[in-house]
Amino acid sequence: MLFWQILIDGFAISALYALGATGFTLIFGVSGVLNLSHGAIMVGAAVAAWAAASEFGVGPYTGALIGIIAGFILAFATYFIAVRPIQRSKVIAESEKEIFILTATLLWGIIIQEAIAYLFTNNAKTVLPIVDGVTTWFGVRTPKNEYFTAVVCWVAIGLLWFLVNRTRRGKAVMAASMNPRGVTLLGIELSSIYLTVWAIYGLLAGVAGILLGMFLGVSSYSVGPLTASAFSIVVLGGLGSVSGSLIAAYVVGYLETGTAYLISPAYRTIPALLLLVIVMYLRPQGLFGRR
Amino acid sequence: MFSLKSLLLASCATALVSSAAWAADPIKIGVIAEAQAVAGSSIAPAAQLAAEEINAKGGVDGRKIEIVVYDNHSSSAESVRAFQRAVSEDKVNAVIASYISEVVLALEPWAGRLKTLMITPGAASDVITQNIAKNYDQLKYTFHGYLTSTSLAGLVCDAAKDLLVEPYKMKTAVIMSEDAAWTTPLDAGYEKCLPEIGLKVVDHIRMSPDTTDFTPIFNKIEGLKPDVMITGISHVGTQPTVQWKSQQVPIPMFGISSQATNSTFWKDTNGAVEGVFYNAVSGPGVAVTPKTLPFVEAYQKKFGNFPSYAGYTSYDDVYMIADAIHRAGGTDPDKMVEAMEATDYVGTIGRIAFKPKDDPNPHALRTGKGYITGLMLQWQSGKQVNVWPKELSAGTIAWPSFIKLKAASN
Repeated sequence: MLFWQILIDGFAISALYALGATGFTLIFGVSGVLNLSHGAIMVGAAVAAWAAASEFGVGPYTGALIGIIAGFILAFATYFIAVRPIQRSKVIAESEKEIFILTATLLWGIIIQEAIAYLFTNNAKTVLPIVDGVTTWFGVRTPKNEYFTAVVCWVAIGLLWFLVNRTRRGKAVMAASMNPRGVTLLGIELSSIYLTVWAIYGLLAGVAGILLGMFLGVSSYSVGPLTASAFSIVVLGGLGSVSGSLIAAYVVGYLETGTAYLISPAYRTIPALLLLVIVMYLRPQGLFGRR
Repeated sequence: MFSLKSLLLASCATALVSSAAWAADPIKIGVIAEAQAVAGSSIAPAAQLAAEEINAKGGVDGRKIEIVVYDNHSSSAESVRAFQRAVSEDKVNAVIASYISEVVLALEPWAGRLKTLMITPGAASDVITQNIAKNYDQLKYTFHGYLTSTSLAGLVCDAAKDLLVEPYKMKTAVIMSEDAAWTTPLDAGYEKCLPEIGLKVVDHIRMSPDTTDFTPIFNKIEGLKPDVMITGISHVGTQPTVQWKSQQVPIPMFGISSQATNSTFWKDTNGAVEGVFYNAVSGPGVAVTPKTLPFVEAYQKKFGNFPSYAGYTSYDDVYMIADAIHRAGGTDPDKMVEAMEATDYVGTIGRIAFKPKDDPNPHALRTGKGYITGLMLQWQSGKQVNVWPKELSAGTIAWPSFIKLKAASN
């Protein structure tokens, strides 16, 4: 029974990690931006969904939609406030732009975090679940919401795969991640590619935030750990590699769940962090890194 | 009809009279609290409300009370800086500080060094008062305006005996508490008093306050098949409560759940708190003393929500400080300490008196019959209903549908 328990819980949490990390890695892969406001955007989406339901009495579907829109808006705000001005700046040297963007997104994330704490306190909030109740499979009683989370995550990841591999716009995004200069030579505006990528990212981060809010709950304190966990999954998988992030999300998810059940919930994150250190030592480009 | 001139004259006269009424130096009380935390956010408004009421009745011996608020962002370092500023720059006469034990423990030596009376409206660690016992002359300026963890454990056990052991024949318990300064003495208290009331402790789970996924913890507890989970949670609250409901853990949650004391907790958890029991010193609709309900009403009217547990105590603390200054004949810190030690005051949470100098916990609140007895409330259909003690109860226990009462069904 413990085996099934770890298998089911690990699968759901890993799917959530995978979705959370996919947007993060996509942004880096295409535009080289390490977005340290990632956790704040996810929490912002979840808190918006919570506030819509609890303050205005909207149902779970409308709440989720409002949360996704909030994720979308926050992602665009991040791009236009923290990223684009630095990318276009003539004053900042090209070689320094990366660190400037890193700092700007970190500070922007802190601003969002403080605003959330100020407006909604730092108590954890939970998003109204779309599916309620529990179901028993293989002798394990699991909230239906956990299966729902896993299914939605994989549908979203599947749609992303379809978009990137089967649509013209998606192929242009893919091409830009491999050779940005080449894409501009083909007459495609790089800035419009960036907008597409940030739009996709906003959607992914919004959905991930809401699912997280339904499954585990979020607070302004979650901002840092969420960014850190997406960052470590992406580094483990290989910066910029979407498939690497997916696999790394499952490695981390199962390692954490296994540790929580077999050793203690208190040590949950330690083995995954140790693995990250070992991988960085032996293979600095990550498990599936291209660089 | 009044002319503009007469109106101006009248307002000038009023201003002169009121400034004459507050001719003496004001009494300044610093409030260092957590504006962004649910439990901490009631501390400053409640203190402000008490000060306004006292001022409306003429202040303390003709001196107005001024509340100076410092947001500590739940940080010990920021609290220490705020305390130093409060004393050296803003010249406060007393400080009301924080519901977090770690913060109060950091401030305690500063209250001694700067010889400034300090009272905590919500921290619970026994170490705060044990420190006073070890070094009375230096640390006598600190007072514990809330129950110590050991007292809290005792009150939870008293309630569990009457509500769970006797009527439902419960025999076993698992202690589930967060790893924090206040839970070390709480857990020790639980370990001691639970067996005394007939609840065998089958396991003791201490979890990190940054735990996000409680699924493995609940699965482990369920595997142990206890009759009840005895809780010690304050920094965490929403997540274990929501997961207890979504996973439909069939074991009742009973004990301390600080966040559940706040009226907003129903919304935070989307109603998952239904059926959770929590210990408190006061609660909505419970007339612990004749002062409780008028305070709640006034607070609700002024701020639009209900106070957290630290709001009740913070309100009482301002009155107690004012009373002590009146009896001490001024704001000399040593005389204020002596006057505070002699406090016998009926506040919103009960009759308040401090344990004496020679007690192992000097300056802790006296508890038990005749003093503070505490309450046990249960969330029922969006309302906090008091179910214990019997003489103050407003309803009976209502179990959520997924709770399975083993012993009672045998």
